[in-house]
Amino acid sequence: MATAIAPSAKHADAPINQKLTPQDKLDLHRQMVRIRAFEQLSLQHYVGNKMAGFLHLYIGQESVAVGTISLLGKNDHVITAYRDHGHALAVGMSMNECMAELFGKATGCSKGKGGSMHYFAPDKNYWGGHGIVAGQTPLGLGLAYGLKYKGLKGAALCFLGDGAVNQGTFHESLNLAALFNLPVVYIIENNGYSMGTSQERSSAFKSCLAERASGYDIEWELFSGEDIYEVRARTQVAIERAHNESRPTVLEIATYRWLGHSVADSSHSGGYRTKEEIERHQAEHDPVEVWKRNLLAEGIATEAELKKIDKEAFTEAEESAEFAKNSPYPEPESIFEDVYWEVDNKTDSGRSGRHFFND
Amino acid sequence: MPRQITYRDALREAFDEELARDPMVVLMGEEVAQYNGAYKVTKGLWEKWGDKRIVDTPISEAGFIGMGIGASMLGVRPVMELMFWSFYTVAWDQIINNAGMVRYMSGGKINCPIVIRGPANGGTGVGATHSHTPENIMASFPGMKVVCPSNARDAKGLMKTAIRDNDPVMFMESTALYGELWEVPSNDEVPGGELIIPFGVADIKRAGTDLTLIAHGRAVITCLKAAEMLEAEHGIKAEVIDLRTIRPLDEDTILESVAKTHRAIYVEEGKPFCGVGAQIAYTIQNKVFDELDAPVQRVCSLDAPAIYSPPLEKIQLPYPEVIVAKALSIC
Repeated sequence: MATAIAPSAKHADAPINQKLTPQDKLDLHRQMVRIRAFEQLSLQHYVGNKMAGFLHLYIGQESVAVGTISLLGKNDHVITAYRDHGHALAVGMSMNECMAELFGKATGCSKGKGGSMHYFAPDKNYWGGHGIVAGQTPLGLGLAYGLKYKGLKGAALCFLGDGAVNQGTFHESLNLAALFNLPVVYIIENNGYSMGTSQERSSAFKSCLAERASGYDIEWELFSGEDIYEVRARTQVAIERAHNESRPTVLEIATYRWLGHSVADSSHSGGYRTKEEIERHQAEHDPVEVWKRNLLAEGIATEAELKKIDKEAFTEAEESAEFAKNSPYPEPESIFEDVYWEVDNKTDSGRSGRHFFND
Repeated sequence: MPRQITYRDALREAFDEELARDPMVVLMGEEVAQYNGAYKVTKGLWEKWGDKRIVDTPISEAGFIGMGIGASMLGVRPVMELMFWSFYTVAWDQIINNAGMVRYMSGGKINCPIVIRGPANGGTGVGATHSHTPENIMASFPGMKVVCPSNARDAKGLMKTAIRDNDPVMFMESTALYGELWEVPSNDEVPGGELIIPFGVADIKRAGTDLTLIAHGRAVITCLKAAEMLEAEHGIKAEVIDLRTIRPLDEDTILESVAKTHRAIYVEEGKPFCGVGAQIAYTIQNKVFDELDAPVQRVCSLDAPAIYSPPLEKIQLPYPEVIVAKALSIC
């Protein structure tokens, strides 16, 4: 089962949270409900056979992507694994391009070439969207290396699931991060299950997964992800360490996914967790509800105003599905585009010799 | 007298010149800096360029190759050494899925200007794990470029092109060639002041009329020896084509030669199954079938894992006499 970590109080008073204006706080809410609405709509259309492949949904974990990414500045970068829709929307990608990608359309963020697991927006410092578990962990390290090499004060936030911590590349990345003093923040979004295998059945650990970082002399923390105030306050420490000391951090953020690993087990057909457990998380640890309570308690918004935001998010999601439906599929010729930079850019190198071997 | 330098020194000149030209170029790998390179290809560069540009990594290929790929997405131009190309297997996911496919999966938003380089050859008594020749495997992935220079001049000119290329380049050298001397012009002897050899342009290393020997990497040298024997002992004039780059591929030079000689043999140090020669033989029969007077032949490494025992390892790889015998069977 998922790690039960109680949220710590008083994070609302952290300096980074004191900087939030009422509008900022409403925007955080809007971002979370936009992610949720997008995912609900995408599930509906997945079930309606409008898209292929897998659909790994993020519902229940929204506060992690929204809270951490809300801290980032112009030289901070993000990379994640295959459960990537939430992070994509949080960095500012549009619902239209994200939904169209799921539908395999030319208007998708990857022109229909990547699909659900492979969203990218380098113009927003978002480097994917990676399908192989932990395959992105050395890339996140490389982003940090690039920042340091160029003399920029920034951080690379590299997200991974609790199932990724047992891959060799993650450990190699931790060693290199500490050895080279790189400004990378590894964020383990621990939702308790690597696919259908619980943390207890997949990982050997002493107190938690992030503690493994101590073996590499890397600072680490474990905390609850359900309250954005806490996510922001504690992630900010890691970002400042990256910015000011060029040192890595491993954060383990306890969270919970409401739906299946993918839609294949969305009705909990795997039997690896109980209905009661899921319902308890939904009732007691819903990050959207937690944040909503903050907003109401602080008098920032009324129930009616929040409902309006929910409705707007749902409308936006519905419109994105319409946009996706009405968009064209990519042309067959596009199969050979975006393979080689030199070919796409019609350079001398791209015209020299044969690059494709279809006949 | 024309300048002669080794294959190793030619590569080092290319690195040195590109390090000077572009501050984003960084050399990384196991023992490349303070140790001067396991095969001394990077000798003296750390002393000259320092810690930032020449970087020793731990033995952690998946980690550091992946790190280089990530850095290349941000515009750094890493030249990553695999001490042996044989170690590509431990960095496989990073090389194939990340360097090779991130451009495509991002719809062209990202590119990886990275060079992954090192020796890819057998014949040195190090057994099967250290004797892989994965050029055919790498070339089977669209998105990859694969370069196999057979001599010092090409090694320098192609390496400079590789470092400037904006796609991932798999650059395969040979420990058996590192110490060999070749004529390599100095910069003041070449037009434009530097030696640059484009990708996708094969080189006719020896002209001939009776038979086309096609090869890449060290097998080109073996072909040249076989061509000498064929002419001296049998009066057969073999043309030797050095592909230089396998992907992109210069098919025109091959097809024009076969149209002239009507016979072709592909020679490579890789294994026969799905080898580079399999692709070339297909292309020849598909494009110039009517020009052929005999089936296209192949000479490859004998089809078993690389054997250790020195005398047997020697005959497992292509050698001039086998090429001569194969030539006589079709001439």
